[in-house]
Amino acid sequence: MAADVATIDKDVRQFLADNFILDDGGAGLGADDSLTQAGVLDSMGVLELIMFIEQHFGVSIPDEDTLPENLDSVSRIVGYVSRRLG
Amino acid sequence: MSEAFGPQVLKLADPEASIEEIAAGMRREVRAFRRKGGVLGLSGGIDSSVVAALAARAFGPGNVLGVLMPEADSSPDTLMLSRLAAKSSGIETVLEEITPILEAVGCYRRRDEAFARVIPDYGPGWKAKIVLPSVVDSDAFRIFSVVAQAPDGKVVKERLPLEEYLQVVAATNFKQRTRKMLEYYHADRLNFAVLGTPNRLEYDQGFFVKNGDGAADIKPIAHLYKSQVYQLAEALGVPAEIRSRPPTTDTYSMPQSQEEFYFSLPYDEMDLCLYAVDHGIGADVVAGSLGLSSEQVERVFQDIAGKRRMSQYLHAAPRLVVGDEAGG
Repeated sequence: MAADVATIDKDVRQFLADNFILDDGGAGLGADDSLTQAGVLDSMGVLELIMFIEQHFGVSIPDEDTLPENLDSVSRIVGYVSRRLG
Repeated sequence: MSEAFGPQVLKLADPEASIEEIAAGMRREVRAFRRKGGVLGLSGGIDSSVVAALAARAFGPGNVLGVLMPEADSSPDTLMLSRLAAKSSGIETVLEEITPILEAVGCYRRRDEAFARVIPDYGPGWKAKIVLPSVVDSDAFRIFSVVAQAPDGKVVKERLPLEEYLQVVAATNFKQRTRKMLEYYHADRLNFAVLGTPNRLEYDQGFFVKNGDGAADIKPIAHLYKSQVYQLAEALGVPAEIRSRPPTTDTYSMPQSQEEFYFSLPYDEMDLCLYAVDHGIGADVVAGSLGLSSEQVERVFQDIAGKRRMSQYLHAAPRLVVGDEAGG
């Protein structure tokens, strides 16, 4: 899979909208908004997000990477996936 | 402020008065249900032992039944401590071995199938538990791992993917739901009410199984911090062996502390953090009292808030979706 940032961003937003029943399809979610503080991600949601990234992008996420700085906003997820694919 | 904040904020002014207030409330509510006494599951832990003693005070020991429900993964001392609690309260007990029921519904098989998908060698003779990383040590997301011990003593730890985590929890929840089914059998047979045993920490943070140990007709100690339950235990004469037993989930085949499974900190520190959140006391004040950094306490506060969000589902009664009672 090509590390196309725009595609990764679109796929991540689509995943969040499909899986966490966002009111406006996720359009109101700022790129830097904390997903945990916005109530989008809970402990189960994090597992879903990890499974999505691993399966959709083919990126294996080690325990030490399961940090808010990698996964707690759309921009952080996109940045993390891009780095891992790059 | 920092001088005033510490374990003393949870000290009951008059434990005997608290006991009388709770006993009166238990009588009032059970009478309102037109039931004549109480049934509860005894686990050998502090909470059920205190509720047993309170029930004996409220209804008279002859109107309380303790149900002992060990299963294959129960700790060896669970039964002994449960009987000790019943004896000290003067209540009758009935023994219901639930292992055959759990085997029949596939509790162990379904759980072990999920473990084996993560640890291919997992099989007969292995022991296991699921654990969470510490909130205090790291800001990493709290993701469950399975820790398993082979018959030769080798210990393996693997992260639990979503599907396996959900299956392990769903299968294990058979234990709490089976116990509640039997408590209601005895309650219906005797025209008694079912007494729930969660303390405030468990009730507030959702440390219970919906329609399992979360189900009850009354919850006599759900307003009390766990530290306060210990104070009542002493006043009620709960035996020292029970009061000194470390809190445990007693659910998995390997010993598992409540901090490994659910809470961020030991119960007495969790109590203080929960109290602080509810009374608007800042993380810096709590940090000074607990010997943690403000950042660590902030993470505990966030964990408390997250568990409150999660527990809304656990607390929710079935909702109507059409009609006057439906939510808008």
